[in-house]
Amino acid sequence: MTDRAFSVVRAGALTTVQDLGRPGHAHLGVPRAGALDEPAHRLANRLVGNPASAAALETTLTGCALRLRTATTVAVTGAPCPVTVDGRPAPWGAPLRVPAGAVLDVGPATHGLRSHLAFAGGIDTEPVLGSRSADLLSGLGPDPLTEGAVLPLGAPYGPAAGADAVPHPGPVTELVLPFLPGPRDAWFTAAGLHTLATGRFRVSPASNRIGLRTEGPPLERSRGGELPSEGMPLGALQVPPDGLPVLFLHDHPTTGGYPVVGVVPERHLAPAAQAVPGTPVRFVRMR
Amino acid sequence: MRPLPVGEHGLLIELDSAEEVEALHAELLRRAADGALPPLREIVPAARTVLLDGLADPRGLLAELAAWDIPPIGAGDRPAVEIPVRYDGPDLADVAALWDCTADEVVRRHSATEFRVAFCGFAPGFGYLTGLPEPLHVPRRDTPRTKVPVGSVALAGPYTGVYPRSSPGGWQLIGTTDTVLWDPRREPAALLAPGTRVRFVPRETT
Repeated sequence: MTDRAFSVVRAGALTTVQDLGRPGHAHLGVPRAGALDEPAHRLANRLVGNPASAAALETTLTGCALRLRTATTVAVTGAPCPVTVDGRPAPWGAPLRVPAGAVLDVGPATHGLRSHLAFAGGIDTEPVLGSRSADLLSGLGPDPLTEGAVLPLGAPYGPAAGADAVPHPGPVTELVLPFLPGPRDAWFTAAGLHTLATGRFRVSPASNRIGLRTEGPPLERSRGGELPSEGMPLGALQVPPDGLPVLFLHDHPTTGGYPVVGVVPERHLAPAAQAVPGTPVRFVRMR
Repeated sequence: MRPLPVGEHGLLIELDSAEEVEALHAELLRRAADGALPPLREIVPAARTVLLDGLADPRGLLAELAAWDIPPIGAGDRPAVEIPVRYDGPDLADVAALWDCTADEVVRRHSATEFRVAFCGFAPGFGYLTGLPEPLHVPRRDTPRTKVPVGSVALAGPYTGVYPRSSPGGWQLIGTTDTVLWDPRREPAALLAPGTRVRFVPRETT
């Protein structure tokens, strides 16, 4: 094993390797996967001089801790959190030089859910179908981090482009999800669609990288039964028989049998990656 | 052909039959190969629909689609993929009862059918294969199994399929194959991509 690597000291609740995912294989049943907070992933890579496509870590709520085998420039973005190097405070949202042998600790999120941690050179695990992303639904890509695991790093790309200012997201007090109706809004009554647009929903603790589940008033359907299996896009609001919308995130199945009442455009999905269970959710019809 | 909106960059095209889905999918692939299709991220055929996702201008393609002449699917020029099967599944007797025939006759009918991969989903490399006549469609198990072994050859509704990896599942298991359905290190990773013709070849059980 090369020295360009890190070992996992504390894996955290769920820490996965993610890049921009493996789009283009949905017809084979392969989810897109990829970083849930894509703007944060891109920013972390930019801060350490990587292309946006480099693989980084995505943590969940409790962060993670790693021992670097070689001096490496890293950056943490996404959910704000305390960052330490060998116990000494270090900046969040800025390029940070970590000496060889030092322990980098990405602490629990102070607000938000997922922090994105990039390393100069990117994580160099073996790509699967062109991506290093872990896909929790189908089990493609590297396993979630476990204590003691060693992950290789690539050679640095060059000096970081840097950033004048890094947006420090405030707490997500309400998740607002704009959606376009369809393709199966006709499966719901006018009252059901009204419920979607006006109801008070919350993020369910059963949410994961596959879908953001909601709790709230069920949507009334105008017809029963299942739908023949059909393609499900990223951002689909799928409504299972309990009537509660599930927002499909990056590890969602590529086909499914429940009606999709609306679709949240991709550019509005990053806040969903940071919404903790219990966060109020509002669905806003775009037209 | 009934197009439905899917977000800002998608179209879901609903058709009347699995054959029409296959014909439109084949035409889309032909046009994509000829460079005659606008750039898009995904083409996802399913039971009655084709999802087109990642289009810059879905309305533009929609207008164009209406004028397409889509030839019906032919027999196909590529030979069928052959999958050797040991017909030793735990639900073989139940399927024989549902078909009102002997287990040997289930083997004969299943292996005499030429299937086509209508679409994939559920898991990477899991193809939904159509071809069984309607009287042979069977319901799923009342209680899904928590673990279906890799390589299980199974039936449910209008479909037959092969589990590419061990997973929970509610289909009726009639046999087992050693053929590798999904290997991301192989090109192509999926043995059964949409449109592929498939035959199951009985092997002696050992």
